[in-house]
Amino acid sequence: MSELKRFRLDGKEVPFERGQTILDAALAAGEYIPHLCHNPELAPHGSCRVCLVAVKGRRVASCTAMAAEGMEVESNSDEIRNIRRAVVQMLFVEGNHICPGCEKSGACQLQAVAYRLGILAPRFAHFFPRREVDASHPDLIIDFNRCILCELCVRASRDLDGKGVFAISGRGLASRLIVDSPSGKLGDSSLAFSDRAATICPVGAILPKHRGYEVPIGQRLYDRARIDQVGDPAADAREG
Amino acid sequence: MNPQPTDQVARVVSDSLVKWGRDPDHLLQHLIAVQHRCSFVPDEAVERLAAELGVTRSRIRAAVDFYAFLHERPRGDFDILFSDNITDRMVGSTCLMQRLCERLGVEPGVTRADGRVAVDFTSCTGMCDQAPAILVNGLAVTSLSPQRIDGIAELVEQGTPLGDWPSELFAVSDNIRRRGLLLSRSETEGAGLKRLLEEGPERALAQVERSGLRGRGGAGFSTAFKWRFCRESASVESYVVCNADEGEPGTFKDRVLLTSFADLVIEGMTICAGVVRARRGFIYLRGEYRYLIGHLESVLERRRAEGLLGGAILGKRGFDFDIQIHLGAGAYVCGEESALIESLEGKRGITRKRPPFPVTCGYKSHPTVVNNVETFLAAARIVELGGDWFRAQGTEQSRGSKVLSVSGDCASPGIYEYPFGTRVSQVLADCGAETPQAVQISGASGTTLSAAEFDRVIGFEDLPTAGSFMVLDQTRDLLDMVVNFAHFFAHESCGFCTPCRVGGALLRDLADKVAAGRACAQDLEEIRSIGGLMKKASHCGLGATAPNHLIDTLEKFPDVYRRRLRRSDYAPAFDLDAALSEARVLTGRTDAAAHLEEEG
Repeated sequence: MSELKRFRLDGKEVPFERGQTILDAALAAGEYIPHLCHNPELAPHGSCRVCLVAVKGRRVASCTAMAAEGMEVESNSDEIRNIRRAVVQMLFVEGNHICPGCEKSGACQLQAVAYRLGILAPRFAHFFPRREVDASHPDLIIDFNRCILCELCVRASRDLDGKGVFAISGRGLASRLIVDSPSGKLGDSSLAFSDRAATICPVGAILPKHRGYEVPIGQRLYDRARIDQVGDPAADAREG
Repeated sequence: MNPQPTDQVARVVSDSLVKWGRDPDHLLQHLIAVQHRCSFVPDEAVERLAAELGVTRSRIRAAVDFYAFLHERPRGDFDILFSDNITDRMVGSTCLMQRLCERLGVEPGVTRADGRVAVDFTSCTGMCDQAPAILVNGLAVTSLSPQRIDGIAELVEQGTPLGDWPSELFAVSDNIRRRGLLLSRSETEGAGLKRLLEEGPERALAQVERSGLRGRGGAGFSTAFKWRFCRESASVESYVVCNADEGEPGTFKDRVLLTSFADLVIEGMTICAGVVRARRGFIYLRGEYRYLIGHLESVLERRRAEGLLGGAILGKRGFDFDIQIHLGAGAYVCGEESALIESLEGKRGITRKRPPFPVTCGYKSHPTVVNNVETFLAAARIVELGGDWFRAQGTEQSRGSKVLSVSGDCASPGIYEYPFGTRVSQVLADCGAETPQAVQISGASGTTLSAAEFDRVIGFEDLPTAGSFMVLDQTRDLLDMVVNFAHFFAHESCGFCTPCRVGGALLRDLADKVAAGRACAQDLEEIRSIGGLMKKASHCGLGATAPNHLIDTLEKFPDVYRRRLRRSDYAPAFDLDAALSEARVLTGRTDAAAHLEEEG
């Protein structure tokens, strides 16, 4: 049997298997690295850049970078924390995130990661984009104001549900989530309530209908414990 | 607006299917054909292509929305785009655009109600040596003057079909001012290919290795190493791609190389194919150069007839290689090799995660060599004349010569070929730049040089460059350049990663805030901070180099910023007084007390 390989994360030894990324190995070892566009059910993506770490003076997305024997990985340095905080602050000003009025508040990964990083106020100028809400589906609603373009729904629908209901359209700041249907509306698409894509949204962009605030704010997942302690099971919207 | 009759759309789609087939990889080529014939991509075409190619509608719509030259709404019979590089602005492009809009009675970006014409800006079209320039339905018209603009307005008003416009309007000059190793001769007669067949691929590759040739797109990766990597891969299928997506603002040398040295470029690709055992190749030609397609197709056709391309090249059985031209559609990011491959596969040009690199996993997941136009040209000559011929020029780390695209404030803009190691001051003297204030080298993503740095040398060890060399003289306000570049990068960000997508837009707005005289010292700190973050955290080179111009000018030309700052520690991102204007209207207030005091 081959010896288990190890790398060091902020000085702590983390075991890993061949082909494992830094982030997956860290999470498996119970070491939290903040992340948003990553979900272990899906292939690594590397777009949100929240999970950035430093390896040999270079910054890499830990969700896509492979772990290597003896590697020194820095995740909790001032530099990396500052980068992460700025990246999350960028996501907040890009969309319209009004936490107090959001059904996902307390179970939202963006909010939880922001608290974990000590973000209590906005830093950059808000773009205040005009975005729509699509309530055409019988069981689900999309509020595009809250989409952070993590592509989890895109990937889940394509790779797990075998449907391809979602895609990212446009480019730059005008990039946006679109729905594959003749009208472009969710109600005309093949998305089903039971699809993984329907529940994987880490923020409050895709939400189930016919229920609201079933778990009172203050008693929700990340109200009860920090995201670095409980991870992201709230990726399933049915969790509260 | 003239809605497209269904049968016309059906015909365009079926013509395109005949030409390109039903492989979804050619989706972008179908969309370009539809756009060209209909002036937009109608829903009808989306539905048909989705059914014929077996791809989702959303994939097609996402592509239309991504590429700047594809549109969801009609652009009109004449779609006129003004090149918007700083070098165009320096010679009055904005006034000319205004003049054309006035003549035609259109607003920029809005198709005229009768569906005749739309006028808009586009990123640099690669005509900086004969700026200002426009594209009319994708074809370049250069050296614009008020008279030319009036003539064009008349042709548009009369509805003269583009084919009947005076041909001199579409003349594009090479403007080769200085010839070195590569540009001294354009003939080939297949000499490099013959050498390859006589001596075998290992010897040819050894010559490329010996030459020290590094990629001419700017990154400078060893060409021989790339070829060897691909040659030694276990894959039975591999591809050769010529990156002719010359989108870096201020670069236009590939335009000239493809115009007057196409044989050598194609020969370089064919030699590469012989070395890596590829049977198919692509020239990914930026949409702005679509006027070159006819010329390139005829060179390909002639070479096929001469036995230099196609089946059994030069009579050697099993040496089969052919080349297709794929057009781009207005996306700077596609100059990055992995985004280029995504685009070749008919997708949005999003850069891939690396590793794996294209040499191991490229087009259709097969090993793929992607080289710059100039790299293939150099490789062809190196195999013909030997590695020593090439390495005799240049420096230890940068062998051979570099073709520069010189533009801006100089007497003789155009193409200059120098040995690597040439000083910036030498280029400035040769092109007749009399009072240069700054040189922007290697394009908007490159380095801003102040006069104190003009003794620096062009080469990978000091100033690596893809060839763009823009001169700004002492009359210029460098902030105009900064604002132009900041808008460029925000427009061209692919949107995949947060730092570039959001950071680029924040930088654009901050640059505008400085230009408007509303910025404070804190804003400059924020520019540095966001710029630093983008350099460290972006997914690809676009985001990592996008803030260079801001960071460089803040350091080297601080007065450009300082003289525009408000004398205050902090100024909000929005105008507080203007924000109250709606409230003033609603309450009918016009008195002084309904305004906020302006702080000094």
